[in-house]
Amino acid sequence: MASSVISSSPFVCKSSSSSSKKDLGFSSFTKSSQISIHRCQKKSISRKIVSVMAPQKDRSPGTTGSVKTGMTMTEKILARAAEKSLVVPGDNIWVNVDVLMTHDVCGPGAFGIFKREFGEKAKVWDPEKIVVIPDHYIFTADKRANRNVDIMREHCKEQNIKYFYDITDLGNFKANPDYKGVCHVALAQEGHCRPGEVLLGTDSHTCTAGAFGQFATGIGNTDAGFVLGTGKILLKVPPTMRFILDGEMPSYLQAKDLILQIIGEISVAGATYKTMEFSGTCIESLSMEERMTLCNMVVEAGGKNGVIPPDATTLNYVENRTSVPFEPVYSDGNASFVADYRFDVSKLEPVVAKPHSPDNRALARECKDVKIDRVYIGSCTGGKTEDFMAAAKLFHAAGKKVKVPTFLVPATQKVWMDVYALPVPGSGGKTCAQIFEEAGCDTPASPSCGACLGGPADTYARLNEPQVCVSTTNRNFPGRMGHKEGQIYLASPYTAAASALTGHVTDPREFLQ
Amino acid sequence: MATSLHSLNSTLFKSLASSSNKSSSSLSPSPVFRLNPTSTAFIFKPLTSSSSAIIIRASASSSKSGESHTRETFHGLCFVLKDNIDTDQIIPAEYGTLIPSIPEDREKLGSFALNGLPKFYGERFVVPGEMKSKYSVIIGGDNFGCGSSREHAPVCLGAAGAKAVVAESYARIFFRNCVATGEIFPLESEVRICDECKTGDVVTVEHKEDGSSLLINHTTRKEYKLKPLGDAGPVIDAGGIFAYARKAGMIPSASSA
Repeated sequence: MASSVISSSPFVCKSSSSSSKKDLGFSSFTKSSQISIHRCQKKSISRKIVSVMAPQKDRSPGTTGSVKTGMTMTEKILARAAEKSLVVPGDNIWVNVDVLMTHDVCGPGAFGIFKREFGEKAKVWDPEKIVVIPDHYIFTADKRANRNVDIMREHCKEQNIKYFYDITDLGNFKANPDYKGVCHVALAQEGHCRPGEVLLGTDSHTCTAGAFGQFATGIGNTDAGFVLGTGKILLKVPPTMRFILDGEMPSYLQAKDLILQIIGEISVAGATYKTMEFSGTCIESLSMEERMTLCNMVVEAGGKNGVIPPDATTLNYVENRTSVPFEPVYSDGNASFVADYRFDVSKLEPVVAKPHSPDNRALARECKDVKIDRVYIGSCTGGKTEDFMAAAKLFHAAGKKVKVPTFLVPATQKVWMDVYALPVPGSGGKTCAQIFEEAGCDTPASPSCGACLGGPADTYARLNEPQVCVSTTNRNFPGRMGHKEGQIYLASPYTAAASALTGHVTDPREFLQ
Repeated sequence: MATSLHSLNSTLFKSLASSSNKSSSSLSPSPVFRLNPTSTAFIFKPLTSSSSAIIIRASASSSKSGESHTRETFHGLCFVLKDNIDTDQIIPAEYGTLIPSIPEDREKLGSFALNGLPKFYGERFVVPGEMKSKYSVIIGGDNFGCGSSREHAPVCLGAAGAKAVVAESYARIFFRNCVATGEIFPLESEVRICDECKTGDVVTVEHKEDGSSLLINHTTRKEYKLKPLGDAGPVIDAGGIFAYARKAGMIPSASSA
C-alpha cells in the first residue's frame, strides 16, 4: 500500500491564539458539543500527517518508499477496502463495507430485498456494522410512516442489530432514550464515523461523513440489500476534484456559504461521479460540524463523495466517541486530480441559492428586495448545535424580534439539549433557546428531518402554501419542502437568522459587524 | 416468417397511430425489428387499452431476475422532460412512506409517478385516478434523476409502465438504482433529444448486436444513436446486481425463498 509522503513542514496544531474565528469559547458541556480541545501530541507520532498543499519536489518517490503511482485519499481508501495495492479512477472493484446506515424510509425496502434475495431465514453479514436510525417521517400521524418504524424494529430484533436508535413514544421524543434523530448527525455524534473507512447509507447525504476523511456515499435499497447480505459493494473508483480553500474565514461567513459558492461555480452536475476533496488553511480551521456541512452538499453538485484530510480536529472528535481502531489515509503528493479549484475565502461574501436549484447562486445582499414568508433552521445541513449557536449569536447581536414565522428543528436529541443548555458566548449566559424565545421564534421542535423534504401532510413547518422560505437545508427543487410553487432560498444559519429579522433575504453583515 | 412480420408491422403501426392523441401522418411500415434469424419463438402483445408498450423479444427469454436476457426492443409513446429532473419531481417525498419491495405499495408508487412536476408541463404522466401511464419512454435532458438516493424514483417509473429513460446525462445514484433494480433502462443520448421530441411522439428503442442502441422517432421521422451502456452493461445484461454477483461467484445461487 502506498505510504504517505512526509511533508517537510510537519503539521502544527493551531494554538488558541490563531484558532479560527469560529471558536466560540464556551465551556465543555457533554462529549457531544464541539469544543476545540487541542491534544496535538496525542498519538500524532504514529500517524503520518501530510500537508496536501506541498507536493514534494525534492524527494523522489523511490526514496520515500511510496509506489510510483500516487493515489488520492479516496483511491487509497477504496484500494484498501478492496484489498488491492493500487486502484485508478474507472476501476470497478468489490469493496468491503465498514458501516451500513439506513433509516425509516429506505430500511424496510432494503431489508425486503435482502430477504427476497438471500432467503427469509438469512442473516445479515455483521449485526454490529449496521446502524438503523429512524429520522425522516417520525412525528406524524401517517400510519404508513409509523408502520415503517415498526417494521425496522422487527428486522433489528430478528437480526440482533446492535445499533437501532428506536422511538416508540411519538408524542414525546424525550421519553425515548435510544432515539437520536437525523441520521447523518447521529452517525457522527455516536462515533460511527472514522477516518479511512467505507460508510454507505440509504440516503444521498451520506456524503456528510466524508468530513471525517472516509469514503461515504449514498446508495439505493437494492444495493443496500446486497450489502446487508454480503458486506460488499461493487463500486467504480471516482476521479478526484480538488478544492483548496485558503485564507482566513470572515466572521460572517460559514461553511454553508463555502459550499453554495462552490456549487454555484461548478453547477449541479459539476462533480457527477467524482470525489470532491477539500483542503487548505481555511478547511483546517473549520470545526467538525462545519466540515460536515461542507461535505453534506457534495451530492448537490452531483458528487459521489466528499473528503477532508483528517487532522487533530478530526482525531479529537472521533477519539472522544469511539474506541474502534482506525487508520487515516492522505492523498499522495504525486496523486492525480482531475480538476483544481482555489478559493481565497477572505474575499467571499454570504450567498444564497435561489429557487429552484442549489446552483442558482446569488449574493445575499443582492437579494435584499426579496420578501420572504418564513425561515426554517434545521436538517443535516443546517440543524446542528453550531448552526443554532450561530443563529442565536446573530439574534442576540441584533436584539430584535423576527418579522416572519421562524421554525427551528434541531437535528438530534443531543442538539436539542445543547440548544436548551449551552450558553451562547457574549450573551451573558443565555442559552440558544432563551435567545430564540426572546426573538419570537417558534419553540424548537422534536428532532428529525422535518420539513426539509416536505414529508407527510402533517409534518411540522411543511410548506403547504406557495410561500417564500429561507432555509438552512440542502435542496430547493420545485416542491422540495411541500408545495410545488413554494420558493426556497438555501442559506447559512447566519443568513437565515438575518432574513428572519428583516422579512427579506438579508446579508448577515447587517447585524454582525 | 418475413412476410408475416411485414404485415404484422403495418398492423402494429396502425394500432399505435390510433392510440396516440395526435393525428399522425401515415407511418412508413418499414421493418424496424431485427430478429435473430435462428429464433423461432416470438412473443407479441397486441396493443390494448390498458397497455402502452409493445415488446418484441428478439429471442426467447425470460425477464426473471437472475436469468440473462437480450435487451428488449420496444416502442410506444414518449414523454418529454427537460434538465435537472430531480427525484422529488419524479416522486414527491411524501410518497416515501410506501415500500417499493411490497407489490401493492409499488403499484401505488406507479400511480404517483412524475406527480411532482410543475404545472407548466401540461400533460400528466399518469392521469389522476389511473395506475399506469400510457407513455413507455421518458426523454430527458441533463442530470436526470438528481437529488435523493431513494429507489422509489426508478421504481415508480417502472411500476407505471415506463420501459426506458433516454436522457442526455444522469445523476449518479439514480443511474445506479436503475441498473440495480432493473425497473427501467437508463440510456444516454448523444444529442439533446429532449429539444427535438414532443410528448406523445411515437418512438422505438432498438438494441443492436454491437451493444449500441437507437431511438427512432416515427412522428418526426428522425433517428438518434444512443451511447453504449458501458460498465453498467454487464450488470444490466446479467439481470441486476444480484444476478451479476452470482455470475461472478460473489454470492451463492439463489435458493428458492
